Amino acid sequence: MADLTHLIAEAEADFANSASMNDLEIAKAKYLGKTGSLTDALKGLGKLSAEERPAAGAAINVVKQAVETALTARREAILNAEQAKQLAQESIDVTLPARAQSQGGLHPVTLTLKRVEALFHSIGFEVATGPEIETDFYNFTALNIPEDHPARAMHDTFYIDEAHVLRTHTSPVQVRYMENALQTNKTPPLKIIAPGRVYRVDSDATHSPMFHQVEGLWVDEDISFANLKGVVQDFLQKFFERDDLTVRFRPSFFPFTEPSAEMDMSWNGGWLEIGGCGMVHPEVFKHVNIDSEKYRGFAFGLGIERLTMLRYGVNDLRHFFNNDLRFLSQFR
Amino acid sequence: MQFSENWLRSLVNTNLDSQALSHALTMAGLEVEEMQPVAAPFNKVVVAKILSAEKHPDADRLQVCKVDVGLAEPLQIVCGAPNARAGLLAPCALVGAELPGFSIKQAKVRGIESFGMMCSSKELGITAEATGLLELDDNAVVGQDIREHLDLDDHLFTLKLTPNRSDCLSITGIARDVTAITGAATRFAEVAPAVVELSQTKNISVDEPDACPRYCGRLVSGINAKATTPAWMVRRLERSGLRSISAVVDITNYVLLELGQPMHAFDAVKLTGDISVRFAKAGESLSLLNDQTVALKADDLVIADTQGALALAGIMGGKPTSVSDDTTDVFLESAFFVPSVIAGKARRLGLSTDSSYRFERGVDFGNTRNAIEYATTLIQNICGGKAGAITEVTGALPARSAVRLRMARLISVLGIAFEQQKVAQLLTQLGFAFSMNEDVFTITPPSYRFDITIEEDLIEEIARLHGYDHIPATPPVAALTMLAAPEQQLHLNQVRDLLVAQGYQEVVTYSFVDESWERDLLGNSAPIKLKNPIASNLSVMRTSLWGGLLDTLTYNLNRKQERAFLFEVGAVYHDVASKFQEATRISGLAYGSAKPEQWAAANTEVDFFDVKAHIDALITGDVTYEKAEHSALHPGQSARILLDGNAIGWIGKLHPKWQQHYDLPKSAYLFELDARAVLSRPLAAYQEVSKLLPVRRDIAIVLDESIAAGAVLSAIRSANIALIHDLALFDLYQGKGIAENKKSLALSILMHDTQKTLTDSDADATIAKLVELLQNNFDAVLRN
Repeated sequence: MADLTHLIAEAEADFANSASMNDLEIAKAKYLGKTGSLTDALKGLGKLSAEERPAAGAAINVVKQAVETALTARREAILNAEQAKQLAQESIDVTLPARAQSQGGLHPVTLTLKRVEALFHSIGFEVATGPEIETDFYNFTALNIPEDHPARAMHDTFYIDEAHVLRTHTSPVQVRYMENALQTNKTPPLKIIAPGRVYRVDSDATHSPMFHQVEGLWVDEDISFANLKGVVQDFLQKFFERDDLTVRFRPSFFPFTEPSAEMDMSWNGGWLEIGGCGMVHPEVFKHVNIDSEKYRGFAFGLGIERLTMLRYGVNDLRHFFNNDLRFLSQFR
Repeated sequence: MQFSENWLRSLVNTNLDSQALSHALTMAGLEVEEMQPVAAPFNKVVVAKILSAEKHPDADRLQVCKVDVGLAEPLQIVCGAPNARAGLLAPCALVGAELPGFSIKQAKVRGIESFGMMCSSKELGITAEATGLLELDDNAVVGQDIREHLDLDDHLFTLKLTPNRSDCLSITGIARDVTAITGAATRFAEVAPAVVELSQTKNISVDEPDACPRYCGRLVSGINAKATTPAWMVRRLERSGLRSISAVVDITNYVLLELGQPMHAFDAVKLTGDISVRFAKAGESLSLLNDQTVALKADDLVIADTQGALALAGIMGGKPTSVSDDTTDVFLESAFFVPSVIAGKARRLGLSTDSSYRFERGVDFGNTRNAIEYATTLIQNICGGKAGAITEVTGALPARSAVRLRMARLISVLGIAFEQQKVAQLLTQLGFAFSMNEDVFTITPPSYRFDITIEEDLIEEIARLHGYDHIPATPPVAALTMLAAPEQQLHLNQVRDLLVAQGYQEVVTYSFVDESWERDLLGNSAPIKLKNPIASNLSVMRTSLWGGLLDTLTYNLNRKQERAFLFEVGAVYHDVASKFQEATRISGLAYGSAKPEQWAAANTEVDFFDVKAHIDALITGDVTYEKAEHSALHPGQSARILLDGNAIGWIGKLHPKWQQHYDLPKSAYLFELDARAVLSRPLAAYQEVSKLLPVRRDIAIVLDESIAAGAVLSAIRSANIALIHDLALFDLYQGKGIAENKKSLALSILMHDTQKTLTDSDADATIAKLVELLQNNFDAVLRN
């Protein structure tokens, strides 16, 4: 039997010359195909004697295994090369900008309202709403501001007709909520905030004829003026994320609260006025049939635009209602 | 209320400095809005008398003056003021004086030595402008420090008083509150009653004792109305913002400021017969001091004589009986008119006077007589004259009911501990009469306080005097219960977030809009109107948010923005059978390219179906669109949006005429949805998921082009053909191979059965049913 070991080198050379899987298959057939030289050699074993056959067979198998190893190695090399080529072809410039989608955003006033609602929600305040076209009764009378009371002059009121105004504050929601609570047999504790649009006939660099307030109300058996200060201070510290922030109350007058206070907040070494507050006036409780001997409550009103300006450093109120996209897009 | 600090200090002895006084007032509820010195800081300026003034030899406009400054020898001073003249008394800054911005040195002025500087009010920082030297009174003492002479070490305080504190609309009232705050002693002058030297009196009849419970009148005759108002009084008036007019008027104003009692002086010679206080008669009119003639109404209270109305009670005097330089006899009035009678009357006439402002809020009815005595004394001191007896008519004055203050209530409302003794001390400082029984105080409020009627009024008094600063910030203690969290109700913020995720920017526009938007854009001929709009283009309440969105678009296009996806969430306002109704709307506008201009996608303009997708993303449920016309929208591209068959909004392309009207280069797409419909959604309910694989069949049908695709889809859905689980329209074709006026719709049909694997024949049978349905309903045929 002829020595076949030379086939190994020949096959390796043929395989190496095969550039593609297709070429490799052709080269493989030359050795391992039906008529391949190694296949022929194996077929030729039958012609050998029984004594010669094992040694010859073993010799052929050694060669065959070597050829197959070479084939596998080459096959892998070709696959790797093809994949590498594909990967190279598919390579992209990852620094190109993304396939752009429109960028939307919330109005900064909404951002503040969301924060306010979330913070008060966290201590159990519900959100209440009321109409913006409000009756004279709810906007004034029920809040202990009778007709011709000088306090009405503090509100530059938009009138719709004799009996209707654009609400000048969110305080009427207090009255409506308490009235409704009573009618639905809901008893204190009552804890609400009432955010929304309010209107005053005033328009200049620091006044807008429409702006936003949030009203807060907590009625319970044992609510005090000190609690009011505690809740407002807690809110301001959390809203501005500043633990060192303190709140100062200054005596003031609102017909629907007593004692009443203006709220100042410590800010950059000074004090900034941020709203009004007080203990719910007994006259208001009387309007909604809540026993002011048994229950007490506090109420406060905060200016949303003011909070927003301080939070984000906005220096001009008019930005909020001009709706310039270059301004609004800063709050995304 | 503006006043001189020194005037206040003349009535109350406090050792607080100006800053501390200001802070104390603010923290006790009398907010000091402004505090400023009446003059700039300076020194070494004295009263000087120009003895002689000679023309400067080398300068036309300068004079060389010899000036007596109270030293042994007169000084030589070069002066350029046009009014410098011999005999003039004026301020002189001595060598070494520090004035605002400069100091005075001995100098040569055009070759002549000058030993000081004669001053104008501007140079002393008293006024912003001056035309010459500040001319001083003849009684000025040469050599006296000018700060002392003009009382310049003073501040102007401006208080922003709350409407409840009418008692502080006078220097006396503020002094009283300083005592309440600090415990300092007041020093109010005792006014001795004027000696009655005149036998004449005026008869006074008060016809309306409920409106005027107290009226005091007195004649003072033989006065010199031309007398000069003393400088100290002019100064105090000016520092309260009142200009000096004439001695009598100045005196009445002075009493008003010091005591808070509005006074009026009539020229007695011009009065006919008795005085009465009554409501105006029909057709009566009155010429007021401000030259305004008013037609009086039946509820206008007037002071009248037998000829007719003389003055609007508590508001303003009349012109014909006003005091002039020739007046010799005056009839002085000091009265108490009840607030409710005066309230609103001045405003009705477009007036606000110092008098009406006080009467509306409440004037001390315990001081009426004292005020007229004070005014009489001042008149006699300044103008001379003999006083008659006071005629006083007093009816039922306002009651001052006792108010109780319980310690327990005080402590629980304020949330801090309180000593009973401390409360008693504060009540004493307030000057309130009170008695104490165990832990209950019973207080009788004084006549000058109109704001102490209930226990809370007293609690507030105690709190403000104790100091709000001394009330701690204490978190409340409360029972913990969870809040409701309805799952079938979205929060508006979730809808906002969905719109933001789709590229919309939220805006906030005014609720009042241009009437033309409502009328033309929305076809609303009767919007809710404001009686007093801030501007004519913001005069009606909106019934849609589109006007504001279009306006915002225009605003931004004018600022070189090229695309805008805007939304607003807000109320709209309808007048429904004279009832005002509000609903929250979610409204959007899309303008420009569908996506931002970029390398990675073609630059296509946004269209109806982009916006429709944005709406679909907001709503869960059976949403359909039916073709309908809207005045703002393109008739061929507008639809009413329905949810479960109910109209909930609109979508469409802005009508080309509005596009032109708003001068928009491209089309804008608009939508508006009723928030309530969008926010409610069904609770998810489980349905069995088939373990078996679905079968998909695609079919194409040809039908009349006028048939709405939506009609086809909903017909299939509502037919509920067994096994059909879902369907989608994946192609619309018209053109070659399809007859004119026809269109081809390609549908994918997804079928499944939860119980068994579908066979081809099951699927075929189902499709056959579907085709039959389409043929019957729409005359549709399968496309080959």
